[in-house]
Amino acid sequence: MVKKIFAKGFIYLMLLLMYAPIILLIIFSFVEFDHIDFRQLVSGENINFNLYKELFTGEDGETVVQAFKNTLLVAVVSAMVSTILGTFAAIGMYYSGKKMRKAYEIGGQIPILNPEIITALSLTILFVFVGIQFNFITLLIGHVVLTIPFVVLSILPKLKQMDNNIYEAALDLGAKPSKALTKIIIPQIMPGILSGFILAVTLSLDDYIITAFTRNNSFVTLSTYVYGVTSKRGAIPPTLRALTTIIVVVTLIVLLIINFTSGKKPMKKRGTRV
Amino acid sequence: MSKIKFQRKFLAIPYGIFLVLFVIIPMVLIVVYAFSNTDPVTNKTTFSFDNLTTFFSNSYNLHTFLISLAIGLGNTLICLIIGYPIAYILAKKEYKFNYIIVLLFIMPMWINFVLRTAATRDLLFAMGLSGGEHPYISTMIGMVYNYLPFTILPLYTTMLKMDKSLIEASMDLGANKVQTFTKTIIPMTLPGIISASSMVFMPTMSSYVISDVMGERQISLIGNIIQLYFDQGLWNLGSFVALILLVIILGFMIATRNMEKEDNVRGGLW
Repeated sequence: MVKKIFAKGFIYLMLLLMYAPIILLIIFSFVEFDHIDFRQLVSGENINFNLYKELFTGEDGETVVQAFKNTLLVAVVSAMVSTILGTFAAIGMYYSGKKMRKAYEIGGQIPILNPEIITALSLTILFVFVGIQFNFITLLIGHVVLTIPFVVLSILPKLKQMDNNIYEAALDLGAKPSKALTKIIIPQIMPGILSGFILAVTLSLDDYIITAFTRNNSFVTLSTYVYGVTSKRGAIPPTLRALTTIIVVVTLIVLLIINFTSGKKPMKKRGTRV
Repeated sequence: MSKIKFQRKFLAIPYGIFLVLFVIIPMVLIVVYAFSNTDPVTNKTTFSFDNLTTFFSNSYNLHTFLISLAIGLGNTLICLIIGYPIAYILAKKEYKFNYIIVLLFIMPMWINFVLRTAATRDLLFAMGLSGGEHPYISTMIGMVYNYLPFTILPLYTTMLKMDKSLIEASMDLGANKVQTFTKTIIPMTLPGIISASSMVFMPTMSSYVISDVMGERQISLIGNIIQLYFDQGLWNLGSFVALILLVIILGFMIATRNMEKEDNVRGGLW
């Protein structure tokens, strides 16, 4: 019993430590002060919603919101490209010969095993070599390289679980291959496609290095903006504390919705297998 | 001429082309650039070992390389020491809601890691630990904070699959707790340990964001060198440093190729 309490205490303590910086940002999103200072909290001054007001109306907020919009744009567009290309790739790989499949697998493993900085640098060199100016497309390519192997890996296991005979039956009953594909295969692997998409968005949102290397410098995302300010010893821009709080709340709501709508599927299985 | 019949395997061709264009060719370019030099006057590119000699004759680079190794190893070790018991406790079936707790450990990932790192720095600063005064301590804290989820996840997945009856058998056959741990539990979770290490070690060495933000730019890692060369447009030297990292990865893969690995660790997030 004591052991159990000790174990649980350890887990919760670690969780608390992991979340401490985020909790800090949330608390200080209600304190209008240029940096984080506990004395402000104790004195009770400047506790208000002004940072939220500033986020949506202020000049500083405008930069932050624009950076956030750019980040989301890259994440959603690159995840969509990755998901479409990756879905076709997974289906094609599943029906390819052993050697071809192995070749695709090795190719896809390279960006997974490489540290991001190598992927970033190698793409930069490619663009410089060919003589392409850095723009939104190069940034997009960088993010697709980062995310597409994970999309493929999310979908392949679902294909293995699929019943192959239904596709053949559809063809025998006169369906064109394209129709059999969209009506039979795609619906069966939909959970894999969805989790691949969400994973791609997550990885893209979290990225800094590939963005920093492959973007046009005029295109500011959240990560490049924050790095630009904080790596020069600057404090996190105060309006970002408000934005972080909003992101956390929205994520929590989405998580709860996913949890309640995902039905009776055993939880553990979802966690370990994609 | 008859139309080529549709085959499902054709669907992977765009992906294959994409991989060749944006993964394989860039990798080849890195190797080519690492062993060549462009004359700034004549603009002629020639094969050379100049980058190798330039890199290794610079004591600052060697120093940076050693520090990166030390920080990478240290971080891997600390993450394993903290992450192992967490994963072990969570993988025990007796607790409810463990899956949710695992998710909770991963959720900080949804806030961009630069922002998370900066928030960690501000928290430490508010508590009296200044990154400017203690760059190494605060960098290590930032690293562990960032890479712990990547350690817990592969360990957790391996431990779920672990055959628990072997642990009982080991105890029944007279092994004490320490022996059971070193002779039964560790070997069974080795795939998870290897994946976790590979998720932590190289990224720690090669990333420069955490050390820049946490250590207020007082610590240089290999990533800093690459980024510096990138800023100056020194592609050849940058490629050579990247090649060194690639060789280390290759060595790691060869060393662990016979051991079964926990694949798709990042994919296991969902």
